[in-house]
Amino acid sequence: MSEQVAPAAAPPALGPFEVTAAVLSVDQLVAEVATPAAGAVVTFAGLVRDHHQGRRVVALEYEAYPELAARELQALSAAVAAKYALQGIGIRHRTGRLAIGEISVVIAVAAPHRAAAFAACAEALDLLKATVPVWKKEWYADGSSWLGQAAG
Amino acid sequence: MTQIAGDSRATANGPPLTIRARFFALYREAAGQDEAQVPVPAGSTVRELWQHLLAAHPGLERAGAATAYTAYAVNGTWAKSDRVLQDGDEVAFLPPVSGG
Repeated sequence: MSEQVAPAAAPPALGPFEVTAAVLSVDQLVAEVATPAAGAVVTFAGLVRDHHQGRRVVALEYEAYPELAARELQALSAAVAAKYALQGIGIRHRTGRLAIGEISVVIAVAAPHRAAAFAACAEALDLLKATVPVWKKEWYADGSSWLGQAAG
Repeated sequence: MTQIAGDSRATANGPPLTIRARFFALYREAAGQDEAQVPVPAGSTVRELWQHLLAAHPGLERAGAATAYTAYAVNGTWAKSDRVLQDGDEVAFLPPVSGG
């Protein structure tokens, strides 16, 4: 009788979940979430874009409620990991003033197969944008404004 | 950290509570401070503290804080507006989020 490799029943590896002023690295997060049983790692990197609603943006400034934000990242990730049977998920969000092209957020999810990984990554980002206490301020050549409905 | 004027009802129901209020992003700039020690009457709720702060900081109202959807956290955990405050609580007032 041949030896069979049992499918891993281990719980997903959650984390890292961080809100940080440090420069973000996609490669580093991939290395942190990948496991031997993961056939797919899907990543999302959000970049600072040079325009918004027709206005030229010169920089973005991010502020967070760090204690609650890290806990919310963990909570949404635990929910997504359970829903999609992930093997790993990690999220980092940057704070401070970022130049055009810098990474503001990076998500990496590891799963046995790609379909779950793609779906989980998209859902994690949607949840992050809706629930995690982080705010962005757009800087223009001639002023600035906080985004979010209160800023209108 | 700034001591701001207390709620005028502060002496009605016994010794006042001291609450640490925290403001973020738009609200931080509108209030002109990131946190404040605020005396409030015993039995006060998060909503009552917020109403007091809106009145104490006209900048918050000008920034739309009175009508925006504001979320609350007490001691680092989401809280509803009817949450009754305890002495020493940290209450965060969070404008609509815009991360990502």
